[in-house]
Amino acid sequence: MTIHHEQVEVAHKESFITKYIFSTDHKTIARQYLITGVIWGVIGMILSWFMRLQLAYPNQPMPFLEKILGKWAEGGILKPEFYVALITMHGTIMVFFLLTAGLSGTFSNYLIPLQIGARDMAFPVLNMLSYWVFFAASVVMLISFFVQTGPAGAGWTMYPPLSALKNAIPGADVGATLWLVSMALFIVSSLLGALNYITTTLNFRTKGMSMGRLPITVWGMFVTAILGLLSFPVLLAGAVMLIFDREFGTSFFVPSGLVLGGQPVPHEGGNPILWQHLFWFLGHPEVYIVAIPAFSLVGEILATNARKPLFAYKVSVGAIIGIGALSMIVWGHHMYVSGMNPILGEIFVITTLAISFPTAILVFNYIVTIWRGNLRFTPAMLFALGFLGLFIPGALTGAFLATAPVDIQLHDTYFVVAHFHFTMATSAAFGMFAGVYHWFPKMFGRMMNDKLGKIHFWGSFIGVYLIFFPMFFKGIAGVPRRYYSFTEYDFTSQFVGLNKFITIAALITGAVQLLFVFNFFWSMFKGPKADKNPWKSTTLEWQTDSPPPHGNWGPELPVVYRGPYEYSVPGAEDDYIPQTVPVKIETK
Amino acid sequence: MSEKQSKFHGLLFLFFFIAGIIASVWVVVRNGWWMPELASDRETIDRIFITIFIIAGILFILSELTLSYFVLRYSGSPSRKAFYLPGSTKKEILWSILPGTLVVIILEISAEFLGGASMWGRIHGEVPKDAFLVEITGEQFAWSIRYPGSDGKFGRTDPKLISYENPLGIDITDENAKDDIVFPAGQGILYLPLNHPVVFLIRSKDVIHSPYLPNFRVKQDAVPGMTTRTWFIPKKEGEFELACAELCGLGHYRMKLPVVVKPMEEVQEWLSEQTPAVDLYY
Repeated sequence: MTIHHEQVEVAHKESFITKYIFSTDHKTIARQYLITGVIWGVIGMILSWFMRLQLAYPNQPMPFLEKILGKWAEGGILKPEFYVALITMHGTIMVFFLLTAGLSGTFSNYLIPLQIGARDMAFPVLNMLSYWVFFAASVVMLISFFVQTGPAGAGWTMYPPLSALKNAIPGADVGATLWLVSMALFIVSSLLGALNYITTTLNFRTKGMSMGRLPITVWGMFVTAILGLLSFPVLLAGAVMLIFDREFGTSFFVPSGLVLGGQPVPHEGGNPILWQHLFWFLGHPEVYIVAIPAFSLVGEILATNARKPLFAYKVSVGAIIGIGALSMIVWGHHMYVSGMNPILGEIFVITTLAISFPTAILVFNYIVTIWRGNLRFTPAMLFALGFLGLFIPGALTGAFLATAPVDIQLHDTYFVVAHFHFTMATSAAFGMFAGVYHWFPKMFGRMMNDKLGKIHFWGSFIGVYLIFFPMFFKGIAGVPRRYYSFTEYDFTSQFVGLNKFITIAALITGAVQLLFVFNFFWSMFKGPKADKNPWKSTTLEWQTDSPPPHGNWGPELPVVYRGPYEYSVPGAEDDYIPQTVPVKIETK
Repeated sequence: MSEKQSKFHGLLFLFFFIAGIIASVWVVVRNGWWMPELASDRETIDRIFITIFIIAGILFILSELTLSYFVLRYSGSPSRKAFYLPGSTKKEILWSILPGTLVVIILEISAEFLGGASMWGRIHGEVPKDAFLVEITGEQFAWSIRYPGSDGKFGRTDPKLISYENPLGIDITDENAKDDIVFPAGQGILYLPLNHPVVFLIRSKDVIHSPYLPNFRVKQDAVPGMTTRTWFIPKKEGEFELACAELCGLGHYRMKLPVVVKPMEEVQEWLSEQTPAVDLYY
C-alpha cells in the first residue's frame, strides 16, 4: 500500500526564508513557478511586440525603439540580427519558460499532492532544487540579453551549423553559449520535477485514491512527467554535444569542407541532420508536454463548471496516455524537407495522422461534457471553452502539415506559425489562464476579480483569432516565416496591409494581458477572502482550507470513497458530492 | 448568476464565429489570398491541399458552431440541474470513440490515398534520364548556380580549391568540369526549360538553407556536407522567384534568386553563349 510521511509538523517553525524563498513546501514552490512564469510571459510578449512593429513598419524609423533597445535599433530601425534574436528568444521563453516550467511547474506541484491527498511531494528537497535550478536557468537566459553580441539568434530550434559557428550570426556567439547552458540547467530542473511528480503520484495517494479515481489533472501531469523524463535527456545530450562543438572543437554536427564568409571552417565529420533528430525527439513530445497539462486542467474545469461528470473519463485518460505514447514517434514530421530519408518521411506521415485519433476523442469527450450541462461562466470556464475554440483550428490544420507532399509547400511558412500558435501556444496559455483563475482562491486564499477576468477572456479570445487566423492565409500564399521584412519578394509584399492589421491586434491583445497581470497581483493582496470550496467542486484540494496549511490536511489524511466527478448525481441533495463523502450517505 | 448574463457569453461565442467566418471568407475572396499560381507538374499537392481544406473547413465550422451552440443552449440557471452522463457504459464509450475514428479515417484517406504517397515516391524516386540538371549552392546570403555544360555531367569540386575567383571550388583538372557553367553567388538568373524535367542538386557552403519556389510547390533543404535532390517539370513560361525557407542568418529574408522559365531551345541557346569553367579558372 501507499507510504505516507506522517509528519504533522505542529512545532515545525518556518522563518521567512524557509517559508517563502528556500521552501520545500510544494504549494510555495508552485507559487514561485507561477510568478516566475508570469514574469517570463510578460517578457516574451514584449519581445513579440518588437517583432510585430518591425513587420508592420519595415524600414520606417521609430525613434522610441532606439531609446529602449539602444544599438539594436540604431536610428529607430531594428537590426535584422536582432530580429532573429527576438524570434529565438520569444520562442524559447514562451515554449520552455512559460508553457513548460510556468504551466507544468505550477500545476503539477500544486495539484498533485493536494488532489491525491498527500502532505507534500515525495522528495521535497529535490523539489526545491528543481525550482532553484530553473531559477538559475532563468538568470542565465536573462543575462544573455545584456552581452555584447546579444542573445541567442538561430531560431528556437538552434539548427547547426548556424548555431555552431560563432561568426555565422552575432546571435551564435556568447548568446548561444548562454542559451545552451541555460537550457541544460532547465532540463535538469524539469527532470528533477518529473521524478518527483511520477513518484508522488504512484506512491503517495491517500487511502481510497486508486488510479481510476485520480482527477484528470493528475493523470495529465503524470503522463507529462513521463514524457519529459523520456525525451528531455535527449536534448540535454544534444545541448552538451553542441557546446562541445562550439567550445572544444569537436564535430558532432558540423561537416567537413565548409566555407563561411570566405574562411574555411576547421570542423570535419559531423552531420547537421543529427541535431534535428535529437532536437525534435524532444521538440515534438515537448508540444504535448505543453498541451497535455493544459488539456487536463481544462477537463477538470469544464466538468466542475458544467456541473457534469467528465464524459467517458476512462476513455479520456486512455486518450491522454495514447497521445503521450504516440508523441514519441512523430518527430520526423518536422523534417520532411530536411534531406532525411524519404521512406522515413512516409512512416512519420502515418504515425502523425494516427495521433489525431486520441486527440479527436479527447476534444469530442470535452464537448459532450458540456452538452446538457448547467454551465456556469466563471473566467476559468470561459478560458476552458476558449481553449477548445482555439485548439480545434490548430488540430485540424495539423492534417495539412502531417501530409508530406503538402508540407513541401507549407513547411516554414506562416501556415506553420498560425498552426502551432493555435494548437500549443495560445491554447496552452488559455489552459494556464483557466487554471490560474480556477485555483487562485486555493493558492492565495483570495478571489480574483470576476469582471476583469471576463474582459480579459474576450479581449484575448477575439485578439488571438485576429492575430493568428489571417496568418493561415499568408502561409497558404507561401509567405515564409522568420523573415525580417516582406518587402523583398513579389509574392510576400501583397501582405503589407495585413501585417499592419495583425500588429495593431497584437498590441491591443497584449495590453489586455496586462489586465490579467494587474488582476493577479492586486487580488493576491486585496481580493475578497475565498471560501474553502468557492466553485462547489468535488476533488480533494477543495475540502481543505484556502490556502491549505503547511502539511495540507489536519492531523488526519482525507479518505477517498468515490470518483473525481460526481456532479449532478440523480437523487443527491447538492449537485456535487466530494470525493471524501462515504458512499453510504448517497443511498439514504 | 442571472440567466441573462449567462446567455450573453453563448450569444457572443455564436456571433463571433458566424461573423468571423463570414468576414474571413469575404476578406480572402476579395483579396484573392490563395496559393500562388501553379507553374509545375505538382498539381497533386494542390489537389490534396484543397481536399483537406474542404474537409477541415467543414469540420471547423461544424465543431465551432456546435461548441458555441452548447454554450448558449446550456447556460446555467439555479433552477436547472445538469443531465447526469458519466459515459461509462459500453454504448457511451463506443460513442466517444466513434467520431474520432471517423475524423481520422476521413483525414487519412484524403491525405494518403488521393495520391499523396505516390507523389512523395515520385519526387524522391528515379529521375528521368534526359532531365535538365542544375546545381544550386546556398551561402550567406545568395545562391550560386552551376549547369553541367554540353556533357551533362558536373565536374568534381573540392572545398580546398574555393577562392574568390573559384567560389565553388571547381577542380578544373577534371574532364567533366571543363564545360561546367558557373554563376557565382548573387550574379545569376536561374533559367529553366519549359515542359522538361528539371533536377535540382542542392548544396550549401556554410549553414542550412532551403531553396523554395512557391509557384512550383518545391522546397528542399540545402544541407552542408551533403547534396540533396528534387525534381519537377516547369509548366508555365515566365519569371518567378526562389526564396530561402530555412533560417540562415541575418540576411535570410533577402536571399532571393530570380527564376526564368523559357522553351528548351531558348535555354540551350542561352547556355551555349555562356563562358565555360575552363576559360575562367586555372
